[in-house]
Amino acid sequence: MENVGALSILLAFCLAVYAVIGSIAGKLKKSPFLVVSAERAVYSVWILLTAASALLIYSLLAGDFRLGYVAAHTDQSMPAIYKFTAWWGGQEGSLLLWAWLLSTYSAVVVFTNRRKFRDMMPWVTAVLMTTETFFLILIAFVLTPFGILEAGRGNIVEGMGRGLNPLLQYWTMVIHPPMLYLGYVGFTVPFAFAMGSLITKQPGEAWIHTTRRWTIITWLFQSTGILLGQGWAYAVLGWGGYWAWDPVENASLLPWITATAFLHSVMMQEKKGMMKVWNMVLISATFFLCIFGTFLTRSGVVSSVHAFAQSPIGKYFVFFLAIGIAATIYLILDRLQYLKTEARLESVVSRESSFMFNNLILLASCFAVLWGTLFPVISEAVTGEKISVDAPFFNRINVPIGLALMLLTGVGPLIAWRRSSIESLRRAFFWPSIAAVALMIALAAGGAYVHPYALASFGLCMFVAATIFSEFWKGATAIRAKSGIGLIPAAVELTHRNTRRYGGYLVHMGIVFMFIGYTGAAFNKDVTKEVTPGGSFPLGHYTLRVTNMLQGENDNYTWQKLTIDGMRGSQSIGTMEPERRFYKSSQQPTSEVAIRRRLNEDLYLNFAGLSADNQRAVVQAYVFPLVSWIWIGFWVLAMGTLVCLVPSKVRLSYARTQVIGVAQKDAKVAK
Amino acid sequence: MKTYAKFGVLVAVILGVLAWLTLGGISESKTYFKTISELNQMGDQAHTQRLKVDGYVVPGSIVRNGAEVSFIMHQDPAKRDQDATQLRVVYRGIDPLPDTFKDDAQTIADGKLGADGVFQASKIQAKCASKYEAKPVPKTDATRAGV
Repeated sequence: MENVGALSILLAFCLAVYAVIGSIAGKLKKSPFLVVSAERAVYSVWILLTAASALLIYSLLAGDFRLGYVAAHTDQSMPAIYKFTAWWGGQEGSLLLWAWLLSTYSAVVVFTNRRKFRDMMPWVTAVLMTTETFFLILIAFVLTPFGILEAGRGNIVEGMGRGLNPLLQYWTMVIHPPMLYLGYVGFTVPFAFAMGSLITKQPGEAWIHTTRRWTIITWLFQSTGILLGQGWAYAVLGWGGYWAWDPVENASLLPWITATAFLHSVMMQEKKGMMKVWNMVLISATFFLCIFGTFLTRSGVVSSVHAFAQSPIGKYFVFFLAIGIAATIYLILDRLQYLKTEARLESVVSRESSFMFNNLILLASCFAVLWGTLFPVISEAVTGEKISVDAPFFNRINVPIGLALMLLTGVGPLIAWRRSSIESLRRAFFWPSIAAVALMIALAAGGAYVHPYALASFGLCMFVAATIFSEFWKGATAIRAKSGIGLIPAAVELTHRNTRRYGGYLVHMGIVFMFIGYTGAAFNKDVTKEVTPGGSFPLGHYTLRVTNMLQGENDNYTWQKLTIDGMRGSQSIGTMEPERRFYKSSQQPTSEVAIRRRLNEDLYLNFAGLSADNQRAVVQAYVFPLVSWIWIGFWVLAMGTLVCLVPSKVRLSYARTQVIGVAQKDAKVAK
Repeated sequence: MKTYAKFGVLVAVILGVLAWLTLGGISESKTYFKTISELNQMGDQAHTQRLKVDGYVVPGSIVRNGAEVSFIMHQDPAKRDQDATQLRVVYRGIDPLPDTFKDDAQTIADGKLGADGVFQASKIQAKCASKYEAKPVPKTDATRAGV
């Protein structure tokens, strides 16, 4: 069976190579048959990789411990769902997942465009399949998922497998990696279209229009992946953190930042024909950062809490990145004359300019994060000493950047294109500014002045929320006045007329909520206490009384549990039960924290262990104000993104206006 | 062109502020990576710089005493408890220690070397929450006991 799996991967590799050569040769020799055969090869790659993945999943579920991969990542006592997720639990399997997802995307792209873009598609196929070939080289020749353990040869079943780290046996961890992969892999498609468009010297924005949905969906997957990771860290790791600026986290953030910049700056190209080179650079950067992130996670180049083991694949990635980036830069430089801007910047106070600053700041953030992440590598190369920077560095730069972005989120969408008068600015921003200042004064009076950044953040959140609200209000009341329907249906109608714009506002609102949640961290409280049953201790306005300590055992783990009665003031808030487990097969202790989630704050209890004399329980108790708003913000963001995907009722609302954008080349010559 | 000049000035100001923040951030939080043997060769410098020391927890050396946790780290994973290159570490941080922190775990202690030669850690990291690392672990009876 493992032979069939390995053979499928090998065949897929051959076909992917054929698809690259076939589509390029077919294009150059003008042979539609070759091109079509290359497209068929893409489908075949998908079929073969689906078969290989199915075989691997079957081996995992059936517990075929002869396979090194199965033995290393599952054990017999694991629930089936975690056996399934072991597909991406380790290096080899996750590379297979990468390859399979890319082949799926490629097959969908080839199928949906089988009658469109005949000029460009062979190149799109070639770019997709080149990337596919790279990953297939890795799993066919370097890290094969179907390797058999020495001891397993001749069917001597060895052991029961090492199992999955119990910390990862948690629902968000089941879908966190595939979500991130869906995001990582997805950016290959817009990148391929961008390259296809460059190679064939397409004049227009066809590649942007075609890949708009891809980009948005992919971005949503990536956001979901990152947020799931945060949710997992918060609920499982026992210290209530959701972001630590670890290299692997950064690796997932980098392409997200450039993708966000791209989503914004394509509007400039669609609307005004500006920033064409920039968009090429952004989408290429996003794609290569996705590859780079995969590389960073697996090669052991920088040390991280969750990096995969050191492995030999690093140099392959470096090679692929170097060739790919060099080729892309060459292409962009060579085709510069096809990417000429069609309009000029007219005023610093304009929509154009706000987009540019948005891009500048996002890119600065991306660069700072990249720089900080690679600092150990850079400093070792330059000074011979490995120096790392950590959270304070990243926060110091990214907090002001985040605030500046928040300001632009409020200002940008309301400024007019081309130029804005002071009078119109005053009209648009008077009430939001008043609201923001009022909130800040109230909070400062309440004692928040000790955290100036937090104060500024709340003020800006208020400002942005007010601008978004005013946009909905203005539009919805206008519709209500015309058609006489209620305010809510009018708001829905408004959104439906221009989903992209109002969906975008919803996404912004989600970001506002998330910022509120992140800002709450400035007011965290915590206490660590050693207590015996009967003892109690205060935390903020809570009083926590430990009533009992229980213990027990089942097949999978032994456990100890505290029951803690909480009082808020004089009011009982019920019983919470933080627990500690010790998993037998992996010899791994875990803590199951107890969280009381509320909109205003979470009460978070961790049973950290026993004191040295084994008599007292060590309890860590935290209050995390507003943290729930991060997760609420995510749902709003996801909803807003989905709204953006719904076709607008008024179709031309976002088309380029001929008056502004000088789309025709002749017009330019005439000037 | 005036617009572009204004624009350029704004860009320069933003980048300038960010560069300043970056430089300040680096000098504030830079930490030197060292192995235990490199640490021993550093001499007096070791007491002034913030360091990250990489090693493995000597089995049975973790002692919890109130909010303070002390343990011994050694350098070579192949040697376990006979490794001569050792370092005593005391941790007094606020965050709970990671669940992966246990005997034989690969650990990074982040902090400063005290005058008494005991490493004062403010942060402990332990590989690895994701069980991606498939280092060959000797099969023991305990590993089987769970089945």
